[in-house]
Amino acid sequence: MAGWLFVLSLAAAIVAVYKPFGDHLYRVVTGTRHSAVERGVYRLVGVDAGAGQSWGVYARSVLAFSAVSLLVLYLLLRVQDRLWLSLGMPAVDSHIAWNTAVSFVTNTNWQAYSGESTMGHLAQMAGLAVQNFVSAAVGIAVAVALVRGFAAREAGTLGNFWVDLTRITLRVLLPVCAVATLVFMVGGVVQNLSGGTDVTTLTGGTQHITGGPVASQEAIKELGTNGGGFYNANSAHPFENPTTWTNWVQLFLILLIPFSMPRLFGRMVGQNRQGYAIAAVMALLAVGSIALTVAFEIHGAGTVPEAVGTAMEGKETRYGVTNSAVFAAITTLTSTGAVNSFHDSYTALGGMMPMLNMMLGEVAPGGVGSGLYGMLILAVITVFVAGLMVGRTPEYLGKKIGARQMKLASLYFLVTPALVLAGTAAAFATGNAATALNTGPHALSEVLYAFTSAANNNGSAFAGITVNTPWWDTALGLAMLFGRFLPLILVLALAGSLAAQRPVPESAGTLPTHRPLFVGMVAGVTIVLVALTFLPALALGPLAEGLS
Amino acid sequence: MTAVLEKEPAVKPGLIDPRQFRSSLSDALRKLDPRVMWRNPVMFIVEVGAVFTTVLSIADPSVLAWTITVWLWLTVLFANLAEAVAEGRGKAQAAALRAVKQDTVAYLRDGRELPASQLTLGDIVIVEAGQIIPGDGDVVEGIASVDESAITGESAPVIRESGGDRSAVTGGTKVLSDRIVVRITQKPGESFVDRMIALVEGANRQKTPNEIALNILLAALTLIFLLAVVTLQPLAIFAKAYQTAAPDTAAIDAHGVTGIVLVSLLVCLIPTTIGALLSAIGIAGMDRLVQRNVLAMSGRAVEAAGDVSTLLLDKTGTITVGDRQATAFVPAKGVDLEDLAGAARLASLADETPEGRSIVALAGGEQGPMRGATFVPFTAQTRMSGVDIGDRQIRKGAATAVMRWAGKPDVAIDEIVDRISSEGGTPLVVADSDRLLGVIHLKDVVKPGMRARFDEMRRMGIRTVMITGDNPRTAAAIAEEAGVDDFLAEATPEDKLAYIRKEQRGGRLVAMTGDGTNDAPALAQADVGVAMNTGTSAAKEAGNMVDLDSDPTKLIEIVEIGKQLLITRGALTTFSIANDIAKYFAIIPAMFAAVYPGLDTLNIMRLHSPGSAILSAVVFNALVIVVLIPLALRGVRYRPSSASKLLSRNLLIYGLGGVVAPFLGIKLIDLFVQLIPGI
Repeated sequence: MAGWLFVLSLAAAIVAVYKPFGDHLYRVVTGTRHSAVERGVYRLVGVDAGAGQSWGVYARSVLAFSAVSLLVLYLLLRVQDRLWLSLGMPAVDSHIAWNTAVSFVTNTNWQAYSGESTMGHLAQMAGLAVQNFVSAAVGIAVAVALVRGFAAREAGTLGNFWVDLTRITLRVLLPVCAVATLVFMVGGVVQNLSGGTDVTTLTGGTQHITGGPVASQEAIKELGTNGGGFYNANSAHPFENPTTWTNWVQLFLILLIPFSMPRLFGRMVGQNRQGYAIAAVMALLAVGSIALTVAFEIHGAGTVPEAVGTAMEGKETRYGVTNSAVFAAITTLTSTGAVNSFHDSYTALGGMMPMLNMMLGEVAPGGVGSGLYGMLILAVITVFVAGLMVGRTPEYLGKKIGARQMKLASLYFLVTPALVLAGTAAAFATGNAATALNTGPHALSEVLYAFTSAANNNGSAFAGITVNTPWWDTALGLAMLFGRFLPLILVLALAGSLAAQRPVPESAGTLPTHRPLFVGMVAGVTIVLVALTFLPALALGPLAEGLS
Repeated sequence: MTAVLEKEPAVKPGLIDPRQFRSSLSDALRKLDPRVMWRNPVMFIVEVGAVFTTVLSIADPSVLAWTITVWLWLTVLFANLAEAVAEGRGKAQAAALRAVKQDTVAYLRDGRELPASQLTLGDIVIVEAGQIIPGDGDVVEGIASVDESAITGESAPVIRESGGDRSAVTGGTKVLSDRIVVRITQKPGESFVDRMIALVEGANRQKTPNEIALNILLAALTLIFLLAVVTLQPLAIFAKAYQTAAPDTAAIDAHGVTGIVLVSLLVCLIPTTIGALLSAIGIAGMDRLVQRNVLAMSGRAVEAAGDVSTLLLDKTGTITVGDRQATAFVPAKGVDLEDLAGAARLASLADETPEGRSIVALAGGEQGPMRGATFVPFTAQTRMSGVDIGDRQIRKGAATAVMRWAGKPDVAIDEIVDRISSEGGTPLVVADSDRLLGVIHLKDVVKPGMRARFDEMRRMGIRTVMITGDNPRTAAAIAEEAGVDDFLAEATPEDKLAYIRKEQRGGRLVAMTGDGTNDAPALAQADVGVAMNTGTSAAKEAGNMVDLDSDPTKLIEIVEIGKQLLITRGALTTFSIANDIAKYFAIIPAMFAAVYPGLDTLNIMRLHSPGSAILSAVVFNALVIVVLIPLALRGVRYRPSSASKLLSRNLLIYGLGGVVAPFLGIKLIDLFVQLIPGI
């Protein structure tokens, strides 16, 4: 009952903010006025805020910005011991620093380290938290550029990356985070610069309890679908996520931007119903996935779950099974990767669902920005296959889907499965999978999960494998890097090719892309073309374990 | 619906001639050459897989290995067969066109004699009665009647003369009378027939833009499944090593999944159905055009036809019958209707023009000469025609001419004449000697069924625009009656061109027909420009299609053929992808149930054994190609309707059907396959 209330109130809240928040996003990215602070930023970076960028320039700006971010974060982690607020932490090992820098710049937040024993406050605040903001803004900016491509008439430019980046950070992420931080502090999340307290426990031992700027980091961790926790235990830690209602707020923040992006899309292409259709596909897949995850966990198969009536292992009693399962589903349906329970301990099939969510390409609703552009690519592919069935060469929102568009869209959906499957196979072929603590199908699931999470920029872990070895740090780092930037370049190239086109006016002969039939088709294509690709691998992991 | 629209195609679609089939079979074998297969990435992968399993079967023979190998080869062969059959049908048609051109001798004006194939652009040839015209060109001197039945199928000879809009002649047609001098306008090997032949011959066929895009998607899918299958091996080895007690099966042993089974999985997952049929669908689409006597210059034009959203149609001959027809007799004051009708009939009995015939038909009676009567034919000077019977002189013709002839203007008649003119009709005044009897109302008659046709177009999202030289008032009246969406009155060639440009600026694709030299710029500008075969070579050069029947209504059919081609492609792609679901359920439990017995839960078809399951999936995958060849050649049934209706219908048949069919098919095949010893 409480579980139902939790889910339904969350859904109702997301539905309620769809319009107002989506409209706010629309105004932010389409407005013509620059605030004084923004003008200052543009002067500092040296950009002409009024100048549009072609897709190539836009892409180079994204890459240049991310490269600098990567370098700065890497250096910060390598020298944190010589800076303030290090709390006496040593410099981060080179391979962990590389992995972590890539992880946060790519909005993945895969954590090959344990926060409270590796990072000082400065590294957390000036390094990781900053990337939490800007990597989220980069994702949204790229999605906006793609939407501009659909909306444009014979245009050569896709807007200005620096303006998008600045505005999204200053007008969307920062204000919402400021409010959310206060809410979390009210809820009991810690927020201080304390170096930690040593306490004597009831049993007489001593324990070092770390404090820090947790609430502020928690806000952007969820809002930016980043997922990198201040503590190793992430959202299961009572200092990060103390109560059921802070848990609710966390999920709300995770879903807020991804589910509002379709509204922005609908507004920008001048047809709100197109936004509703995309939101509907996302909701359809999300509801199905959440329901299955919860069902698998509540009616958990296996010796222990059957004995106690449900699968409680690895879950916090303060959330219970439903709220944990919902969190697991949502954190992987988006590209968040925050966890409030231990996915590795889920029932075999329940643990397969987070994997499957990521394998879908994180499109329901996906990461901030990346969810929308991933979904639009799927819509393009659906239009191409199904659009032919109405007797016209395919078009989406008046833009023809020809050879170039198909080449870019096809490459896009090749990238992540290629990284996941090649990475997993390489781990087994090279013997690196042996670092898994388990054996058999569960070990396979753990390795498959790790690469799925990295390549899709999710960042959650099944855990159970020792990943802070140079091989794993490098392999997963590359998976994150390619998994983020290859699709991103392809999306911008697609945006460029769409923007240059003259739209075909809609008529009775046009494939309607806002009706339930099309919504169902996109969902179907997503499942058949994307999810089923992984079925052979899943058969040897969670399916083998769950169906025995 | 006119007779032309219902005309039966020369070759029944879907029909496969046994003799042609044998030659297609040998073509299919020849296409196994990897250099040819390379053009089709999906089937190339299947061929490579078949070679691989052949090697494995020789190294380690078993019934299962050999059976799967044979079926993999059959899969490739069936794909080649689909293309060969489509080509064969196209070639048969093209060969008929080409046959007439061979062995033609060209007599050049400078006295040389050349085989027709060696003529070059600008050669001047002389063609006399009884000779075959050696190449496409323009008459520069003389007039002749020409039998064009070889390419149009129309037996009545046509007149071709120098200058004007009837100067174009087509190679392969025969001069029946007189002598003409022709300037050759085609480069060798580039006549319409040559280009058409190139479009239906697979080897040299240029892929159309949409075909290229679809091929990219298919290649990407193939790549992704290749990856899924290849990366499965380390995982399978790991699983097998973990389950030490699991027995070795035909599908999996300590070295992982056997090569035969891996290839089977790959072939079943990659989109072989559409990959095999894609080129046949394209060729068959071209072929359907040829069957309707339309020659396309490129496949691109046929695809564009499906996308057309504005049709420019000439009023005369397309929307209206083309000849004005008598629709009413309006008697003058004090004249009986009977008298007027009788006089009009008498005046027209010997008048063989369509107008004359329509007057007789309206008045009632048989056409034919009358004894004792002298027919007075129409001349440009008198502007009237009629008949003299004894001392009765009956005339019908232009109002002013007849009234002047009768010698007395009549205000009442003038009023009738003005009213008919303002309604878009043509008045013919009838006089019996000096008595003005009344007026015949001649009207442009809209062809029966056109209104319904235009409604249909509107539902398909296509705007129809009537082009006419009439004044705006007349044009509006006819446009209203025909039910077109827009009209262009008093249209000059420049107006047409401007209208096309305007539509194209709005992002719409425009199709039009034309025949005159002054239509050439508009034909070139239009996305689909259909030139009439009777038109000038300038027009034919500018357009991207030529209608050998010179029937402007054909444009509507061309649009439908374009749409049908795209729908067939989409439907079979959807079907092919949807098929994968069942194949996963057949093969995955077959591969791994021995290692993890729980996976047998996925064997929802309850297939007999791992071997029979894999073989059944492979056999189904091959047979479905054969089963769908007729559909690929004939095209998916197309009925004009809105996009959303088409989508629901086709999605139900090919999407849902594609999910369900293989479950039934594989199960059925499994029931037979399990009887083979050793499977």
